[in-house]
Amino acid sequence: MAVADQVPIVEMRSIRVAYGGVHAVDGVSIDLRAGEVIGLVGGNGAGKSTLMKALSGAHPPNSGEILIDGKAVSITNPRDAKSYHIETIYQQLALADNIDAPGNVFLGREMTTGWGTMDDGAMEDATRKVMGRLNPNFKRFAQPVRSLSGGQRQAVAIARAVHFNAKILIMDEPTAALGPAETAQVRDLIRQLKNDGIGIFLISHDIHDVFDLSDRISVMYHGRLVGTMNRDDVTSDEVLGMIILGKAPGEVTQKELAGIQLPGEAAVEGAPS
Amino acid sequence: MANVTTAPRQAPATPRFSIRGALSAAEIDFRLFGMLLALVAILIGFNLVNGGTFLRPTNMTTLAVQGAGVAVLATGMVLVIVARNIDLSVGSLVGFIAMTYALLMTDWLPNILGMGDDFPFRWLIALAIGVGLGAVIGAVQGFIIAYIGVPSFVVTLGGLLSIRGAVWVLSQGAAVSGLDPTFQLFGGSAEGSIGGTLTWAVGIVGCLAIIGLIIYNRRQRRRFGFPVRPVWAEVTIAAVGCLAVIGLAAFANGNYWPPGAATRYAQEHGITEPPGGLKIAVGVPWPVVILIAVTVVMTFLATRRRFGRYVYAYGGNPEAAELAGINTRWTLVKIYILMGILCAISAAIAAGRLNGATLDVGQSYELYVIAAAVVGGTTFAGGIGTVPGAVLGAFVMQSLAYGLAYSGVNSSIQNIVAGIVLIVAVGFDSYNRRRVGS
Repeated sequence: MAVADQVPIVEMRSIRVAYGGVHAVDGVSIDLRAGEVIGLVGGNGAGKSTLMKALSGAHPPNSGEILIDGKAVSITNPRDAKSYHIETIYQQLALADNIDAPGNVFLGREMTTGWGTMDDGAMEDATRKVMGRLNPNFKRFAQPVRSLSGGQRQAVAIARAVHFNAKILIMDEPTAALGPAETAQVRDLIRQLKNDGIGIFLISHDIHDVFDLSDRISVMYHGRLVGTMNRDDVTSDEVLGMIILGKAPGEVTQKELAGIQLPGEAAVEGAPS
Repeated sequence: MANVTTAPRQAPATPRFSIRGALSAAEIDFRLFGMLLALVAILIGFNLVNGGTFLRPTNMTTLAVQGAGVAVLATGMVLVIVARNIDLSVGSLVGFIAMTYALLMTDWLPNILGMGDDFPFRWLIALAIGVGLGAVIGAVQGFIIAYIGVPSFVVTLGGLLSIRGAVWVLSQGAAVSGLDPTFQLFGGSAEGSIGGTLTWAVGIVGCLAIIGLIIYNRRQRRRFGFPVRPVWAEVTIAAVGCLAVIGLAAFANGNYWPPGAATRYAQEHGITEPPGGLKIAVGVPWPVVILIAVTVVMTFLATRRRFGRYVYAYGGNPEAAELAGINTRWTLVKIYILMGILCAISAAIAAGRLNGATLDVGQSYELYVIAAAVVGGTTFAGGIGTVPGAVLGAFVMQSLAYGLAYSGVNSSIQNIVAGIVLIVAVGFDSYNRRRVGS
């Protein structure tokens, strides 16, 4: 793959995050290149979201290094992350329900007029342009996003990242709250963003999503990185084994493999945390 | 994107004419409109019960002046409640600042700072000190709430108790009276009104502002090729708005100075009184002018400035606001600073009316203010509420109280009615919300 030669747009080295006395993330190193999707998988409490929070500024790491385009940076709050064009789309759809789509797209970064007032016209215009690309049928620009469907809301969240020219996109369970048609829509969006050269960290419980969209897959287990492999070099059963046992494929014995029952989403959901 | 720019406005689902459909085509807030109707119905109802004597300019002016103090505070309480907090200390803070005004003008300014009665702009100096005091106390409470994390209910309950206690400490248990004549104008007596000519001027400015805003909004939407309201709706809104504003100005000018004050004025100014007495139009009382200005400014802050957007975003989803990079703590502090400043303004009105301060100025205000905001459509779940709604809510409650008193109902029954109306209004509102699903 050509992308393999580039300097990674993100490099996280030996990241440690502790909540109280617990190491939620314990010395994880991971990198991401432009136009690449990394699927980040692991059971509940494996530390995927915490690792990404360290990158998005929501919860800065206790130690470790973050490099953007090869340069060490300090990210201590969401604003820092945004200044490096790191955008996050959260599991719980971090939208303010009582505010309309343009208001949410520009939340925290409102356009203003020369009078210091919000330029609603310009924000709606920009939102219409982005949404025209992501979801051409969308027309409800003046309604609070509460009244939108799950897919439309996710499109609004993605529009926020796209408008602000994200180079690095963190997607935490982007399809968890969606129905099948909307999930397909979001998958198309992810492919579109990838083709635009955006690097994406995709956290997902859905192994099909991960295999469908990722170039590489990183597996976490109890705060540690089990391994990162090229999508084409592993099978979904091997990845499931890594998720559940926390060991790279070569380290797993046949006996342990036999102990895994009913590989699939149910098993992943129920993985130890 | 040509299809977007030329897309016609979606037609209402039902071709049948409905008030709700017409209102939504005209983009008028249905809830606000309903509240306005309720207010008008209350006023007309009391007018019928009292044989047509209730709806007179003099009564309505008194009602407006009495409601202004609470309404001013309600504009801030909306933001507090929208941001999922509460402020129980407003009544005590109003009392504290009113007492400060009284002491400043009777004692501290002349005796400590050497500013006697003839010192220029003493009223303004007192007002500035009061506003500063309100802002500082608001900031302290806001800081404890936002940065230390003590629940606002607790902090402001403590404020309610301790600030009321401070009023007693300040005045050593005595009422204080004797303000500057200019400061008394805040109270809105006949002299404390802007008079006939200025009232007309205010009416015309208001009318022009309505037309100007409508044109500005239309231009803004045109600029980006967005769908605009139908022209009939724009013209109707402008016409109704202008008529209402000019009509209110005419109504206010239908109120004349009491004969005694008019005679005194005539003698002082060497005017020979015409037969039947001198007729001087009272016009809009200063407290109402202040309320209008506060409502405009607060609406502007809430809807046109980032600050307002952040308040609503925090109320809608605190986590989302935080993740969007909004400084939510500082936003909360700003809300309480604003609330403190509004307390100072409300205190000026109260002190002006009393020509001084007693120990119980602002007593129970917090309850009326919260009731006004809630009747005005603010929900405790956060994120929902409007400044004009809260002002209307304040006047719904005030009209009921005033109307009942005018009809000879005693105050205990008034309280019973007020309580029931509060519950019914909010119950009806939440029922409606659930039905409409918005």
